[in-house]
Amino acid sequence: MDELLRDFLTETHESLDTVDSELVRFEQEPNNAEILANIFRLVHTIKGTCGFLNLPRLATLAHAAESLMGRFRDGMPVTQNAVSLILSTLDRIKEILDALERHQSEPSGTDDDLIARLDAMASATPQAAAQSSGTLAYQVLERPLKPGEATLGELERAFRETPGPAQPMPADSDKSAERQQDGKVVSQSIRVHVDTLEHLMTMVSELVLTRNQLMELARRQTETEFKVPLQRLSHVTAELQEGVMKTRMQPIGNAWQKLPRLVRDLSADLGKQIELEMHGAETELDRQVLDMIKDPLTHMVRNSADHGIEAPAERRAAGKPDRATIRLTARHEGGHIIIEVLDDGRGLDTRKIRARALSGRLASEAELEKMSDAQIQRFIFAAGMSTADTITSISGRGVGMDVVQSNIDQIGGTIDVKSVPGQGTVFTIKIPLTLAIVSALIVEAAGERFAIPQVAVMELVRVRGDGEHRVERIKDTPVLRLRNKLLPLVFLRKFLRLGEAAEQETETGFVVVTQVGPEFFGIVVDRVFHTEEIVVKPLASKLRHIHAFTGNTILGDGAVIMILDPNGIATAFGSVRAGVIGVETAAEAGPHAQDKNKTALLVFRAGSNAPRAVPLSLVTRLEEIDVSSIEMTGGRHVVQYRGHLMPLICPGDCVRVKESGSQPLLVFSDGDRSLALVVDQIVDIVEEEFEIEVSDGRPGILGSAIVKGEATDIVDVGHYLPLAYADWLGTSTPQRTRRHVLLVDDSAFFRNMLVPVLRAAGYAVTTASSGQEACDLIRSGRAFDLIVTDLQMPGMDGISLARVLRAESATAQTPLIALSAMTTPDMIERVRRAGFHDFVAKFDRQGLIAAIKEQADAIISQAA
Amino acid sequence: MTSSNQLSPEYVTVMIGAQLFGLPIARVQDVFVLSQMTRVPLAPDDIAGVINLRGRIVTAIDLRRRLGVSGETQRAQMAVGIESGGESYGLVIDAVGEVMKLSSETAEPVPVNLDERLKLVASGVHRLDDGLLVVLDVDRLLDLKISELAA
Repeated sequence: MDELLRDFLTETHESLDTVDSELVRFEQEPNNAEILANIFRLVHTIKGTCGFLNLPRLATLAHAAESLMGRFRDGMPVTQNAVSLILSTLDRIKEILDALERHQSEPSGTDDDLIARLDAMASATPQAAAQSSGTLAYQVLERPLKPGEATLGELERAFRETPGPAQPMPADSDKSAERQQDGKVVSQSIRVHVDTLEHLMTMVSELVLTRNQLMELARRQTETEFKVPLQRLSHVTAELQEGVMKTRMQPIGNAWQKLPRLVRDLSADLGKQIELEMHGAETELDRQVLDMIKDPLTHMVRNSADHGIEAPAERRAAGKPDRATIRLTARHEGGHIIIEVLDDGRGLDTRKIRARALSGRLASEAELEKMSDAQIQRFIFAAGMSTADTITSISGRGVGMDVVQSNIDQIGGTIDVKSVPGQGTVFTIKIPLTLAIVSALIVEAAGERFAIPQVAVMELVRVRGDGEHRVERIKDTPVLRLRNKLLPLVFLRKFLRLGEAAEQETETGFVVVTQVGPEFFGIVVDRVFHTEEIVVKPLASKLRHIHAFTGNTILGDGAVIMILDPNGIATAFGSVRAGVIGVETAAEAGPHAQDKNKTALLVFRAGSNAPRAVPLSLVTRLEEIDVSSIEMTGGRHVVQYRGHLMPLICPGDCVRVKESGSQPLLVFSDGDRSLALVVDQIVDIVEEEFEIEVSDGRPGILGSAIVKGEATDIVDVGHYLPLAYADWLGTSTPQRTRRHVLLVDDSAFFRNMLVPVLRAAGYAVTTASSGQEACDLIRSGRAFDLIVTDLQMPGMDGISLARVLRAESATAQTPLIALSAMTTPDMIERVRRAGFHDFVAKFDRQGLIAAIKEQADAIISQAA
Repeated sequence: MTSSNQLSPEYVTVMIGAQLFGLPIARVQDVFVLSQMTRVPLAPDDIAGVINLRGRIVTAIDLRRRLGVSGETQRAQMAVGIESGGESYGLVIDAVGEVMKLSSETAEPVPVNLDERLKLVASGVHRLDDGLLVVLDVDRLLDLKISELAA
């Protein structure tokens, strides 16, 4: 293709994108003369160049559009129709440009339709006589200026002073020289072909490798005169690398350029009012990464506008402003870029996603039942999911978030979604700054070296058979005790099937503590070398199916080594922990728990057809295990669970462990102890206000309630917790005097939730539903060892209660623990001053137990 | 494929075990000795490993395994470098012979009773004075399906 034509195409495409977004801005700020001047100048430039290159069709179109814009300048009101017309003219220009690019000549055809409309609109006002000739200076305004308008002279000046495109126009050299003379803008940048930069990057990568090689050689020799120049070479290389990386960096705004226009058109098409906010457009990232996320971002914004944002009527009904917002944010965060796409629309419809997942056979009913809303929402990233009832021209046909996810996967990024029904959805994308060079830890297993990306490495722990840290086993599962936590381990030898089977699990070596998402695990290796900057080279297509590796690289000594993929290794863990479906604790699962007046109940069947329920907040996990993994010990059913033996308890005599298949379990954890209730079937999670009728004294039953029209027994978990452990461990806790705790909370839900937990921890519990009731109890002479109170209560709140209690002689010294959903430093300070001994976040059951124990122990030591 | 062979009738001959094979010279980049090869855990059986060949990472394919020729590959390994789809591969062989011009007169179609794996990758057979030479189709040789069949 003609060099001149190619330059023209590249440049015009860029200009048009700018005009697109500028026009949208202009529509909103019709009095902004600067924007108008800028648009005018760009269109004028296009027109001029077209004439120069002899492209009559383009020139005529641009001329007509320019004329209409000239009318704006003359004070014609800027209407949405007019802007739409100009935008469609720009679209036509783009079409012609595309054809031009393919065939290197203007396509045949006529634009009379558009030109007629443009001319009609331009001459629609009385000042039609003042026809714009397309050049700037000859226009005379035949009326006084309105407020906010600029004079033609000012516009002309604005036009001349607005910085032009950074590059000189593709024109003969005389002309561009002329431009440089009279134009005040001297070009500070040059246009370089991407291939040139790519080649430069490859060469720098090679240089980095060679540098590493030399450094490796020098390391082996103690005395060498090469040391100093090598150091210098190393520094220069590093700087060169940084410099070249910089040339590849582009502001993310480049990927956003088309979005204002997109959102504007969508708003018009869909009859919605949508405002697009963009923050952090200047955040820079690698060009390659930028290219990969451009389409996903566009797709997501489109999705938000189409599916996420409601029609104005629906918004009004929901008490929201008509005007919806889509907010794009980008920022740096430790070697990564975080991009958020937020909308204040209706949120994801979990019910619909669930139904779609079911009909698409992505999960079974039983699996879905055990999932939290957040887990179900993740199905939108699965192939073939689209929750819009009608397929619209805007969001396509089910080609959706799965493509977005796979694009982001390809660049080693992650995407997550959070959605609150009725309030909106936010997608968070985390992607690496660059793909080419990463820092990696070089390790060895069975004599072979591997690289682990440094970003995934949290810490290194040395393990020895007799050392402080050693590999322990629960049956055959290797774990490591690390700061009171059990870290699941994977032996790299075994995972990669290296060496002899017999020696695959050694007792000495290093544990590379790795984090993938929220999961921590340890990779056991024989040796750890050093950290090296490695140039990631993609795996050959024949090896790409091996999920253990993300790529390979050449080390300083010339050897090729494989780069381990922590994600791939983590999925291997998933299969080791077969059957574990629920990983999120129910209490954290969703907004349920925050609703004070409602109680979420988990309804299940066990033993009979009559439904039973437990407060969902008490259930730590829902599990389904293979019956074959259940073992019998001492006449008891147990199962290995997260590094512990967990007793299985049948709630009631008629409940039996299944003979075959999978066994659903409700897992309750208290500290590091867990027990599981054996149930036949998990039915539902119901969130309602319940009237709980007091128990008729059956053991293990708190009472009953009508749940969804059926009488349902509420199971007393507190009954089973001590029951399981007292005889399971064979050591019933010594009957020391039970501490008496007063629990003050206005929410029945929290009282229900905490009482069994506290009882299970060995405390006698009395409850009060208000500050006043607590005071009355104390004044009536009841003595408590410890008082736990909510801070936010109607009437007398926690702080006031504390003041009262401190003033009472009976309770002046009683340890006080505050519970609150809000934990701001300010709040903590207020709580301290009011005389509380401790402060615990409301959902932190373990924290509460620990705090109570600490205070109770303090009483003992004071007494001693 | 036969037609393209007639267009480039020169072949690099290689030995695997006692069998002589021919590779179209147009596809052969170079011949090199394998050194410092890194094996790839969990890779298919016929992937010998990866090596650094002048700064490029080359995937070495064990032709003996891929073709199902009996016997063990020798210690001092030679490889024929080829390119496919922008990637570099090394076909590991026992020995490299010579560059040979083959006339269409000696060409025979692939015998129907040839070993399945070999039949898939062979584009013809030549009757030579001192034995039979099997012409290999490089693209089909690299096709993953073959290794699945071998597995």
